[in-house]
Amino acid sequence: MQKLPSWADVVLIPLINLVLAFLVSGLVILYIGENPVHALEVMVNGAMGSTRGWGYTLFFATNFIFTGLAVAVAYHASLFNIGGEGQAALGGLGVALVCLAVDWPFWWLALPFAVIGGALFGAAWAAIPAWLQARRGSHIVITTIMFNFIASALMVYLLVNVLKAPGMAPESAGFPEGTHLPSAYDVLGVFGIPFNRFAPLNVAFLVAVLACIGVWLLIWRTRLGYEIRAYGKSEPAAVYAGISPVRIIMITMLISGGLAGLMGINAVMGEAERLTLDSVQGAGFVGIAVALMGRNHPVGVFLAAVLFGALYQGGIELEFEIPAISREMILVIQALVILFTGALDGMVRTPLERLFLALRKKGAA
Amino acid sequence: MDLNTVLLILDSTLRLATPLLFACLAGLFSERAGVFDIGLEGKMLIAAFFSAAAASLTGNVWAGLLAGCAASMALAAIHGLASITFRGNQLISGVAINFLATGLTVLIAQDWFQQGGRTPQLEGGARFQPITLPFAETLRDVPVFGPIYYDLISGHTILVYLGFLAVPATWYVLFRTRFGLRLRAVGENPGAVDTAGVSVVGLRYGAVMICGLLCGFAGAYLSTGLSAGFVKDMSAGRGFIALAALIFAKWRPWSALGACLLFGLLDALGNRFQSIEIAGIALPVQFMQALPYILTVVILAGFVGKAIPPRAGGEPYVKER
Repeated sequence: MQKLPSWADVVLIPLINLVLAFLVSGLVILYIGENPVHALEVMVNGAMGSTRGWGYTLFFATNFIFTGLAVAVAYHASLFNIGGEGQAALGGLGVALVCLAVDWPFWWLALPFAVIGGALFGAAWAAIPAWLQARRGSHIVITTIMFNFIASALMVYLLVNVLKAPGMAPESAGFPEGTHLPSAYDVLGVFGIPFNRFAPLNVAFLVAVLACIGVWLLIWRTRLGYEIRAYGKSEPAAVYAGISPVRIIMITMLISGGLAGLMGINAVMGEAERLTLDSVQGAGFVGIAVALMGRNHPVGVFLAAVLFGALYQGGIELEFEIPAISREMILVIQALVILFTGALDGMVRTPLERLFLALRKKGAA
Repeated sequence: MDLNTVLLILDSTLRLATPLLFACLAGLFSERAGVFDIGLEGKMLIAAFFSAAAASLTGNVWAGLLAGCAASMALAAIHGLASITFRGNQLISGVAINFLATGLTVLIAQDWFQQGGRTPQLEGGARFQPITLPFAETLRDVPVFGPIYYDLISGHTILVYLGFLAVPATWYVLFRTRFGLRLRAVGENPGAVDTAGVSVVGLRYGAVMICGLLCGFAGAYLSTGLSAGFVKDMSAGRGFIALAALIFAKWRPWSALGACLLFGLLDALGNRFQSIEIAGIALPVQFMQALPYILTVVILAGFVGKAIPPRAGGEPYVKER
């Protein structure tokens, strides 16, 4: 018998966790001597009060959808892919190489190849930890952490010694004109809808939405998805059913790394239009929070990614409006969300389970 | 390379290995008791900030050390609460703790000192000062041994010596005391420890708090020994290098010393040379920086010996089934 009705598991618990995280964050703001309600107003207003705010919120959300889906897919196979940061960095490299290789005439021609480049490089970076887990039993969490650092060293090396364009900053040459992805301003302008001109939201957002649908189809509507979930629930049962653990681990991690790598479409191709150091900016780790909040379901990941996008954009506004609260407030909120939804989940779940059990007994009697 | 350069590099190796060593031994206690800890980095960082802050406000470096250890142990307590009491995912808890430390340190630093997330420069009694060991001056002119004793062994802060003493101490506690035996047992087979009437929860909390204490030393050394004040993100991945060293050492104290010295040496070499030529191939500095992680992956892969973690690591203990 399920201890909790599914709506409580999917909606109520994440909501309580979120409220707890925000309450503690509010205490931190109170400690600094500012008004938490005012801070929240500034954040909500900054993130959603204008098309400019939305443009940034959804731009960040696009990054987080990719990295969140990456964590979620791996999680269905009981693999904790903490290496989204490195995989996204390498994905950015793949996207950049595609964009620089050819003088692309049209963005719609460049985009599919950039998608392939980003996904391939991201998947390649996940392949070694995956193989080590599948064949040698090395703990995937540790190897993916190590690969994040190796990726960061590799990117510095490449940008300083190989890809560096003339000039001071360690960054690649700008991408050709033809790789410019239409922004929300361009796209919505066709339909006569006004949108902020400078917000970085671009068509990569649509790729992210497609990725959500793709992951949903993969996990719940294909044989492979069934095998991934079966393996994740119980390895012995999956082996008994003739599912090869090596195959599942490899395929799942390749998909996961590929999804993280797709972030480059948005951050590198869509916004910077050149490869810079630290193009990922922690989005790989935000993916963990997003997947946890979203209960590893694409719809949940999408909603959680928008929430975190708003948090990031709101946090930047917060620093402008209330200088006493620095941008790192976002990291604190993010940490508390991960803590309450991920690690301290039992703190909320156990009492709730008791409550529902008591209610059910009363209902039966 | 002459003796002087070698001594300089080894000297900086000792300095750079010290925070790794404290953090690595911290992780050793926690993971030997079956609680994975990828939050070493965060605990180190928060300790670095609170040590520098308290040292700067009181002018006393020992007050700083105390504050740093307290802050680090507070985060350790959260980790304990999440992974022992509420049986949450220990890895996720570690990730959260790292973010919490990164955010809180800058936020509070900005609130207290208004210097863009750093503490004021520490001077005099607010820092750990180098100690000149006995006879260092007199023996200085003795060939070979003199410079080694004077430049390399003498002239470090007290925390460096404490760090190296912590290795035999850890070995003794883990392998020669009753507490250590139980602690190791709780990481391998908590059920057996429980059957023997010893509290699994108590032991694990003990281990996690020792881990917090040692991370406190690591962080305090960073901001009050190695440098003079806290700057944003100053732990710079050292907590993860310490974690790598722990795996590289296969969760053993003496090997941990070796691993930390090796990784410290790599760091020192990377600081001094932009690239190193070995057998005609120029190795870029980034390769040196990545080498600890690459070596750890190789060890984890089991090509050179096999790193087998404590068997009950990462698993919350459930008494009743």
